[in-house]
Amino acid sequence: MSGFNKVVSSYQEAMVGLTDDMTIIAGGFGLCGIPEGLISEIKHMGVKGLTIVSNNCGTDNFGLGILLEDKQIKKMVSSYVGENAEFERQYLSGELDVELTPQGTLAEKMRAGGAGIPAFYTATGVGTPVAEGKEVKQFNGRDYILEESVTGNFAIVKAWKADKIGNLIYRDTAMNFNPMAATAGKITVVEVEEIVEVGELDPNHIHTPGIYVNRIIKGSFDKRIEKITLAKN
Amino acid sequence: MSLNRDQIAMRVAQELQDGYYVNLGIGIPTLVANYVPSDIEVMLQSENGLLGIGPYPTEDQVDADMINAGKETVTAAVGASIFSSAESFAMIRGGHVDLTVLGAFEVDQHGNIASYMIPGKLVKGMGGAMDLVAGADNIIVTMSHADKRDNSKLLENCTLPLTGVGCVKRVVTNLAVMEIKDGAFHLLERAPGVSVEEIQQKTAGKLVVPDNVPEMSFGQ
Repeated sequence: MSGFNKVVSSYQEAMVGLTDDMTIIAGGFGLCGIPEGLISEIKHMGVKGLTIVSNNCGTDNFGLGILLEDKQIKKMVSSYVGENAEFERQYLSGELDVELTPQGTLAEKMRAGGAGIPAFYTATGVGTPVAEGKEVKQFNGRDYILEESVTGNFAIVKAWKADKIGNLIYRDTAMNFNPMAATAGKITVVEVEEIVEVGELDPNHIHTPGIYVNRIIKGSFDKRIEKITLAKN
Repeated sequence: MSLNRDQIAMRVAQELQDGYYVNLGIGIPTLVANYVPSDIEVMLQSENGLLGIGPYPTEDQVDADMINAGKETVTAAVGASIFSSAESFAMIRGGHVDLTVLGAFEVDQHGNIASYMIPGKLVKGMGGAMDLVAGADNIIVTMSHADKRDNSKLLENCTLPLTGVGCVKRVVTNLAVMEIKDGAFHLLERAPGVSVEEIQQKTAGKLVVPDNVPEMSFGQ
């Protein structure tokens, strides 16, 4: 095994090549299924002027939110930022550029970007601020807007298991945006809970085929929970 | 008496039908799950990628990888499936979800809805709401009829940035159930003890009132 072995042994190696002003596509929904160690490494590297495409921007002290502390993010493309006071502050004061994007459109932008489709029409956002400046076209009597897809210099992804050649399996709702993010990076880096030998994963159960993956690192995760809600006895 | 949050949810639950796939938004809509009639089955969709939301977990069952769209810990129901956000929104945008229930800041008589931002003040984002209102035929909005200063939230035209255009057909508030059609709110039911006059007074948009407006019924 040589050419296909994508396992790296340090976070530094995992994120090498990331420089100022690059675009990063990130998986995760809230704090669920986020590549915690890769985000910490980006903070540690101190790169600035980043454009980050991610459904959310973490919380004030965890996830992508930690990149706001040193103003490393120039622009966020997100659907929901309600859990993050510092985000709201930087946005309202004009320090941070935000492109609020409907969640389904965001997922499709990543999916299409990874699939080589430059743009697509959708009914989502017609007649709203999201449609401003975008082409409108009618199909079967209904209006649709043209949305451009996204790709990144890097994609950062969290998966449950990977084999050494980058076949990935996600677990529960930690899957979320990760499979689309994995396809949309020029360099896709995956942080996983477990790395197994090639052949151990059932080919029928692979969520993301290894062709999309460039680097794999075994992480250790805090897995913080935003809202613990329990059954009433 | 104006309805409380749970009573609004109870009234919405009466709109559920056996075999429905349903997406419930954050807030009052989430409470609807507590009032599904026992003689029907519905499957709840969570747009982060779960079809078949189960009950909240016991302490032992809590799992950071298992959350709903409100980022609350949940379990998967028997028969659930889990998938990516793209798959989830294919269901929503492709019109496969039978009923969507969501909250709003404002709704107007043309069926427009504003629910995701107050310019200069509140920035949360639309999340999946724009996809949901664009993808569903059957949308119920739950909201309070007026704000704390008694300013109506049911308007002639929304004043806040829109989430969707001409998409809302039914609104359940703390005071009334209304249908939106032909450029007007049509009063269908009123909360027990609430007068038609009070509803008229708190509805800024055009309100059509039939001769007989029954009180909502909550069974028992």
